[in-house]
Amino acid sequence: MAAEKKPGVFTGPLWTNNPVVVQVLGICSALAVTTQMKPALVMGISLTCVLAFANVIISLLRNTIPNRIRIIVQLVVVAALVILVNQILKAYAFEVSKQLSVYVGLIITNCILMGRLEAFALGNKPWPALLDGLGNGLGYAIILFVVATFREFFGSGTLFGIDVIARFVNESGYDGYQNCGIFVMPTSALILLGCIIWYLRSKNPELQDK
Amino acid sequence: MEYLNLFVKSIFIDNMIFALFLGMCSYLAVSKTVKTAVGLGAAVTFVLLVTLPVNYLLDKYVLQPNALVEGVDLSYLSFIVFIAVIAAIVQIVEMVVEKFFPALYGSLGIFLPLIAVNCAILGGSLFMQQKEFENVGFAAVYALGSGLGWLFAIACIAAIREKLAYSNIPAPLKGLGITFIATGLMAIAFLSFSGIQL
Repeated sequence: MAAEKKPGVFTGPLWTNNPVVVQVLGICSALAVTTQMKPALVMGISLTCVLAFANVIISLLRNTIPNRIRIIVQLVVVAALVILVNQILKAYAFEVSKQLSVYVGLIITNCILMGRLEAFALGNKPWPALLDGLGNGLGYAIILFVVATFREFFGSGTLFGIDVIARFVNESGYDGYQNCGIFVMPTSALILLGCIIWYLRSKNPELQDK
Repeated sequence: MEYLNLFVKSIFIDNMIFALFLGMCSYLAVSKTVKTAVGLGAAVTFVLLVTLPVNYLLDKYVLQPNALVEGVDLSYLSFIVFIAVIAAIVQIVEMVVEKFFPALYGSLGIFLPLIAVNCAILGGSLFMQQKEFENVGFAAVYALGSGLGWLFAIACIAAIREKLAYSNIPAPLKGLGITFIATGLMAIAFLSFSGIQL
């Protein structure tokens, strides 16, 4: 990890080393908050902020944390940041924070955080750690956004809550259109993510399982 | 009767994996063989069963508004308290199991420390807080039900993956991709349980 070149630290996680579909971290929240685009976007931004700050803090503390209790220290830092994010969301975006419900709290146990803190922040200076945090956070946000776009468009016929399909259909005078209910169900998130992995691995054969 | 309803509901309808996506990381990583999957499932059930009642009592008598001192609302601390309780209990459980049940420790040992950062456990506590149960009995039943639901799901997918190892799957879909799709299909099957009332 330490040998990684600086430019790759930020851009790598966006696609070729994406935390969700390649490293398979942080799946839980990636699937649960993607029925609508707005909560997915807010979740992506929240996780990016928490991850960037946590990476910097742990990287600054990396020489002072005793090895034995590092997990507890990481958990405390992350939990404090998540509480901040949760309070900010409750204050300024109450509706979205209601929709996200417990999944904001679950950022604490999101494997992306522990994974990046363990693998990167503990062995690198604050600046690369910040880049790594931002890159991985955005990589997570991109996947969330893609899945949410599909699910909202086909499941509710809207994009960011704006009616897209219904408006188009009404203008054409045809009124038999039904939204595809399965896209609102948890099931579709799993299958969509499976398909994204399928696509990605057919493009990058070195990622395929033996 | 309400206990039974909650129990069935938390196993089948609000299944932690198929409906709430909790603990997906370890679900995907540790489901290659049935034996280890069942071991991890048992460990998760056990830790849930211990932590949820403790967190319930803490939430009710310390964290909720006006619970500890009149006019003091500590609920914003719940994340940090829950995760601290979980980490501490996992540590204690690990030590107790190692001392008194060496055989169990041999089979669960490697999974126990990982469970502290399993989102199923923290998620269980947070959903419990959201559901506002009347007493600690409901919290324990909810913990048992969710844990068994998780165990059930991971055992099923492990069995399917053992069979899938011999089937002819397109190369890019092998491993992770097909596991996601199989989980999605299982989630459709679990949808048929929704609406059960006892």
